Amino acid sequence: MKKQRKVRIMVAKPGLDGHDRGARIIARAYRDAGYEVVYTGLHQSPEEIVEAAVQEDVDMIGLSSLAGAHRYLFPRVVELLKEKGADDIVVCGGGIIPDEDIAFLKKAGIKEVFTPGSSLDEIVGWVEENIKAR
Amino acid sequence: MDEIVEKVIAGDVRTVARLIRDIDDGMPGVRGVLKALYPHTGNAYVVGVTGSPGVGKSTLVDQMVAHLRKRGKTVGVLAVDPTSPFSGGAILGDRVRMQRHSMDSGVFIRSLATRGHFGGLTQSTRSAVDVLDAMGKDYILVETVGVGQDEVDVMKTAHTTVITLVPGMGDDIQAIKAGILEVGDIFVINKADREGVDRTVNDLQMMLEMDRRGGDRDGWKPPILETRAVFDVGIDELLDQICEHANFLTGRFGALGFRRNEAHVRGELQELVKNRLVEKVLDRLLSTGAFDRAVKAVVDGETDPYSACDSLLLQEESG
Repeated sequence: MKKQRKVRIMVAKPGLDGHDRGARIIARAYRDAGYEVVYTGLHQSPEEIVEAAVQEDVDMIGLSSLAGAHRYLFPRVVELLKEKGADDIVVCGGGIIPDEDIAFLKKAGIKEVFTPGSSLDEIVGWVEENIKAR
Repeated sequence: MDEIVEKVIAGDVRTVARLIRDIDDGMPGVRGVLKALYPHTGNAYVVGVTGSPGVGKSTLVDQMVAHLRKRGKTVGVLAVDPTSPFSGGAILGDRVRMQRHSMDSGVFIRSLATRGHFGGLTQSTRSAVDVLDAMGKDYILVETVGVGQDEVDVMKTAHTTVITLVPGMGDDIQAIKAGILEVGDIFVINKADREGVDRTVNDLQMMLEMDRRGGDRDGWKPPILETRAVFDVGIDELLDQICEHANFLTGRFGALGFRRNEAHVRGELQELVKNRLVEKVLDRLLSTGAFDRAVKAVVDGETDPYSACDSLLLQEESG
């Protein structure tokens, strides 16, 4: 019988942004979709996030930012993953992100960005389509 | 495979992380690696931390890691959280309380989901402990899922089992019930600034004295400690008691031979054989469709589950 791998996702909040309700809701939605979600909590540095992601062997990191530092923090996570040779881990972002920043983020290696108004179905659906256990 | 083994022994984080995942997912080939790593195990000291949800296990473990690091020890942590029986997913949130250690190369923290396994741990925990052991960690802390009174798996995996409680958790009667209270080597009353601490200590003491061996686990008298993990109070005493227990075990079993003693190995082997057999038989029955046919037969009222089971196993034996 073919072994079914469980998809593991990390939900992380980099930087000083202290509003985590959105991240928790997403984490719960992922859980309800059958994924194992490692939630790392608030005030994480990109370094801490990447280190944890490697230890936890996750398939994807979902970054949440509502405080405007995404242009630095999100690409920094991608950069660090590359440095560690772990760039097979997909990075997505969400939160308060202006539409005009999405192209910049995608160019920096963020696979997809979910802005306010994205439905949970959309967000979970994207993972179903695009993330397979590595 | 040799490469994997070498990398684990060298402490390569990515390799260890991937291996633990392979173990968790039951990937083929894992057994070969575990066999090769086994001779390199037996050095780590394993401490189980268990207790009801909300008593502060993760915070306690976080502080224990900090203090162990100060004492110059390297630490592996396995933190278990429950899998949702409805969706099969899980929120692994123990790590939140320990994230300050993620940048410390002397610490490796891994979250595991129970995936339907009962007993407080996961099916993969024992093997994951072996991997962290082979990786060279001095101490391995295993934090169970928040347990009630029955889940005692941790005792089979750890050298020292720490039972964590908070004051006022139910009356005297609770203390006397079997289960986790019987397997504790050390009792910790966390959040010890709360009302009811003295009562809880008394309840515990009474329970231990009423135990048929008179609170004497073959010569070890389980201490009752008070901590306030969030405020970093009582942790040194806890670690000292763990060392005391380690000395006691070494005296009894010789140089941490605990994990190789007969009772322990018997339990481990039994579980391995059981899991393998079930896997083999069930896989075959599922792949030939026999299982699904049997299900249909019961649903259609053609037979009962017991007869269906008999016939399936008969097929197994003859096929």
